[in-house]
Amino acid sequence: MALLEMHRVTKVYGEGASQVLAVRDIDLSVAAGDLLAVMGPSGSGKSTLLTIAGSLEDPTSGEVVIDGQLLSGMSRNDKARLRRRSVGYVFQDFNLLPGLTALENVSLPLELDGVRARRARELAAAALEELGLDERVAHFPDELSGGERQRVAIARATVGERHLLLADEPSGALDSASGEAVMRMVLAACRRGLGAVVVTHNAQLASWADRVVFIRDGRLVDQTAIPPSPESLLQQGSEP
Amino acid sequence: MSVRHALLALLSEGPKYGLQLRQEFEERTGDVWPLNVGQVYTTLGRLERDGLVEADDAHEDERQRGYRITAEGEKELAAWFGTPSEAGSPPRDELVIKVLVAMGVPGVEVGDVIQIHRRHLVELMQQWTRIKEDEGRLDLALALAVDAELFRLESVVRWLDAAEGRMKRSSLGPAPAATPRPRLRLRARSR
Repeated sequence: MALLEMHRVTKVYGEGASQVLAVRDIDLSVAAGDLLAVMGPSGSGKSTLLTIAGSLEDPTSGEVVIDGQLLSGMSRNDKARLRRRSVGYVFQDFNLLPGLTALENVSLPLELDGVRARRARELAAAALEELGLDERVAHFPDELSGGERQRVAIARATVGERHLLLADEPSGALDSASGEAVMRMVLAACRRGLGAVVVTHNAQLASWADRVVFIRDGRLVDQTAIPPSPESLLQQGSEP
Repeated sequence: MSVRHALLALLSEGPKYGLQLRQEFEERTGDVWPLNVGQVYTTLGRLERDGLVEADDAHEDERQRGYRITAEGEKELAAWFGTPSEAGSPPRDELVIKVLVAMGVPGVEVGDVIQIHRRHLVELMQQWTRIKEDEGRLDLALALAVDAELFRLESVVRWLDAAEGRMKRSSLGPAPAATPRPRLRLRARSR
């Protein structure tokens, strides 16, 4: 079953002459285990696509289905609950709460969802340990490096039973080694069975995905074919 | 790529046989550039002719011949390491020429030309990145070679993105003033 489906999704901002068509006729499907990258320049509609996919915004027309549940017609509360349980977000600027430790940042969404505090902390500690942050659980965001903060954000997005990961330029201002580390973690999460959508303008980040779709002026215009195995590259290596 | 200098570098570590050079070359460059043994012997022959290496003895069978670097060879190698690799003048890049020329051709959508190439480049990058995924088989040489290829391909994608953005702005913006264009004095090196 697809974790996320978007059918003919269109989003219009403003009215009349000042109307802006942010995304139009988007069809997209992400199954468990999929890592999908949406690649496009700034202003192409890729962030709007992500906020609609995560139910943070309603489309003007079209349908979004998360975990088999159709979002249109769902109450605001039901949507919020679905979001907390199923969807994790990773943003460019991490969006960690500065007054909470790494552990508390990760356990908070579980507690908000009614998981008992002790259990939430156990799950949060496990998620942080998985990303190699077991020594940093008690640190506050301003005591962590950029790469560590982004790992906390990924732990928060994948903790508990969340299985749809949505990431907007997840390597942000990190250097290329940290960007690669972020994509390794996202890919590892997908290999464990999560589904992920990463929007980025960066081809190196996008190249970690199984499938890359290209967005221009709010439309999906093209996508990569399933690439052959890397062995074919090494074997065809031309004579120097 | 300079096989000639790479072989000199391997010989600077000590005398070696041809087959050994081929094997070490492939190992040291992450097995990304396969080298056929004929090419090794041809290159060694030229290095010997130029006085940069010498054969141990005049063995009939070239496979039995060991090679060592000469003082002249050491000098040549040091000069190679110390000289920036050619990157200064714009090469005749087929893709750049194709996009520039496409702009004036009726019935050709430059955006489509750009996207076809962008997709192909990203597909290649996906294949190179898959090699990095399995960290178990990723030795340092291979990782460096794969990174080099990824950065090279990425730079082409970035140029396509920038070209597309620039064309879009130029089609929206005011027509450029009709001032004579300064002649670029960049001389393209022919390759």
